[in-house]
Amino acid sequence: MSYTNEMRESIKKVNATRAKRLHEEYPQLTLEERAKILSAFHPDHKDEAFRKITVGPSKGEKAPNEFVDVLESYPLESPDEIDLNTIDYDVDILIIGGGGGGSAASLWAHMNGANVLMCTKLRHGEANTMMAQGGIQAAVSETDSPQIHYLDILGGGHFDNFPELVEAMANDAPGIIKWHEKLGVMYDKDEKNHMLIKHGGGTSRMRMHSARDYTGAVIMRTLKDEMENRKIPVLEYTAAIDLLLDDEGKAAGALLWNMETKEYKIARAKAVIVATGGFGRLHIQNFPTTNHYGATADGLVMIYRAGVKLAFMDAVQYHPTGAIWPEQIVGLLVTEKVRGLGAQVLNIDGIQFTYPLEPRDVESAKIIKECLEVKKGVPTPTGNIGVWLDSPLIELKLGKGAVKKNLPAMFRQYERFGIDISVDPILIYPTLHYQNGGGMINSDAETSVPNLFLAGEVAGGIHGRNRLMGNSLLDINVFGRRAGIAAAKRVKTVDIPKKLTFNHVKKYVEELKSAKIPEDRKSPVLLPDYSRIEKRVKRLSIF
Amino acid sequence: MDMVTVYIMGREYQVPAGLTIMKAMEYAGYRLIRGCGCRGGFCGGCGTIIRKKGSYKLTVGLACQTVVEDGMQFAQIPYYPPHHPDYMLENMEPTAEQILKIYPEVFRCLSCNSCSKVCPQDLRVMDYVQAALRGDIAKAADLSFDCLNCGLCATRCPVEIVQYNVGNLVKRLYSRYIAPADDRLDKRCKEIEENKVSTTLDGGFNATLNEMTQFDKKKLKDLYNARVKEPGESA
Repeated sequence: MSYTNEMRESIKKVNATRAKRLHEEYPQLTLEERAKILSAFHPDHKDEAFRKITVGPSKGEKAPNEFVDVLESYPLESPDEIDLNTIDYDVDILIIGGGGGGSAASLWAHMNGANVLMCTKLRHGEANTMMAQGGIQAAVSETDSPQIHYLDILGGGHFDNFPELVEAMANDAPGIIKWHEKLGVMYDKDEKNHMLIKHGGGTSRMRMHSARDYTGAVIMRTLKDEMENRKIPVLEYTAAIDLLLDDEGKAAGALLWNMETKEYKIARAKAVIVATGGFGRLHIQNFPTTNHYGATADGLVMIYRAGVKLAFMDAVQYHPTGAIWPEQIVGLLVTEKVRGLGAQVLNIDGIQFTYPLEPRDVESAKIIKECLEVKKGVPTPTGNIGVWLDSPLIELKLGKGAVKKNLPAMFRQYERFGIDISVDPILIYPTLHYQNGGGMINSDAETSVPNLFLAGEVAGGIHGRNRLMGNSLLDINVFGRRAGIAAAKRVKTVDIPKKLTFNHVKKYVEELKSAKIPEDRKSPVLLPDYSRIEKRVKRLSIF
Repeated sequence: MDMVTVYIMGREYQVPAGLTIMKAMEYAGYRLIRGCGCRGGFCGGCGTIIRKKGSYKLTVGLACQTVVEDGMQFAQIPYYPPHHPDYMLENMEPTAEQILKIYPEVFRCLSCNSCSKVCPQDLRVMDYVQAALRGDIAKAADLSFDCLNCGLCATRCPVEIVQYNVGNLVKRLYSRYIAPADDRLDKRCKEIEENKVSTTLDGGFNATLNEMTQFDKKKLKDLYNARVKEPGESA
């Protein structure tokens, strides 16, 4: 489907100004100007898009409306209709979530002698881990240290991060890379057989490790392969829909639901690790997202009902350059490298309006301003609006063929839809990328609910208010490992839960009722529904 | 809106031209459970068999990356029974004999190239299978690098090789046994274990990481502002 005639008219202007723009440098904003544009145009500063949570352990705190909706929702099950006396799965540790965090946790728990069961509502490995292209940070070079990594993480997070979690992450990073090397993760190496390391946004030392353009995918597939070899059982297409606690309020398992047969199962466990990721697919403020299909905040809902406090849920990361056309790939990430190689950001008239490499949040705010206030964006037939990322300028700067050589995955992606990005620019708009906040944990990844652990994006505090590139692949491994080890140690000293209860869920339902939350609202969401409303209203639930 | 006719597992639907197979199914009313993972061409979870209008030929593609055409018939292959023998990487060798032991069917490869023809990533699948059977693990690892594990190659193989699992194995063998280990990792891990300060912060300041966790924000901000970005390439 290539570009529309209207877009073509705008591209003519982009082409016409290109030679003139070759040496044109748009000025960077000062710190004061940055603060001003952020408060005026960054989605996190749009007050009406947030509200205070009215129930549960983080009552009174601000979060995006779409997320508060799923928190302030009734359970999918009727607790009294569930038979808690028939145990279908009886294990030491139940791991909920089949991405990188859950897999790292499973492996380390297994290596430490625990009997482990993983459940995931999609296929094992279908997760954001698989989509992470950029890399994974670890301070391994002579010029670097965990201390310097620590400072970089804090600066990125606006110094609000929880220190003990950042300490854990910076300190464990080199060991994670070493573990991966032993597992056979195919990292890029240089001629000295050292890991090839580069800078990422906000790093003062080069510490970004990569596996070509497929860093997360290679890590994910290696962890999955290792789990298969260790015969760690995985229940695919099996969602957890609520946690179970014992009569003392300790984690004791979960209510599982077979997505296909629609049957529920009871899993009893001495410890539970939740590694269910974030909320990208709730489409906060209607933004498209880079996230995978299952990123619907299920784990956050479950742990919240169980009593875990949340932190920084109002800090959402938008990546400035998401695809906004063609329609097939709306929301998908257009790597920062395109700007790194020299592409400028242009409005409908082919004119620059921002320095291309401002920090992610600032760049996003400038693009939103140009589209919504200045009204110089390029409209799409599906009602979206975007600005141009002038990729052909890279050819002018670096020579013919530079786009295909430096951006093979991007080139392939657009070529599939009839767009040659070495000839035509790319239409982009900010896209919802990462949930900076999440459930609160200690450095063993344990929550305030005994025997309940978190790993990955579902946890908060590690990245403060803003995560740096390369620290999420690190986070899932560090806290997956810590959760796995700590839970394996714990289960050696605790007894099999005597009684499984939904007491916490029932209590939460009472709170919802007293807050007069409409009773038709149910969660967790499990999967988004992208079918059209006219189809949905005519569905009959017959069998 | 331009509409096209597609046949989802044989049943006819009208959908807008230009949609991907995945979005066309959703437009038709499907709420997908299987065959839909990352929606961005990375997870390999949405392999699909396609027959274009009037063609004798079956093609394949990822549902999230393939645009519908008028008259197209398709069916997803959300699961293809895989063959994955158990092995432990620590007790292995990067040789053809090792491959033979785990995946003997690799040596039945007919060089028919059916696998390469269907690969949605345009990988030279047959070439990496052939490299594996010659014991050229490095080449096999390199050629199979961009594999998404969608499994479409395996559906077309006349001698029942599970190519993508062979690809996963050779990449792990290469990384563990052929690519030499980075000697800096052990050194750095030991320093961390002994709580040593490996490198002075910019501005000449020294502290252990644990000490730094006790610093107030003001001090941390000063240290942060004193950083000097090391020159070098960006990812």
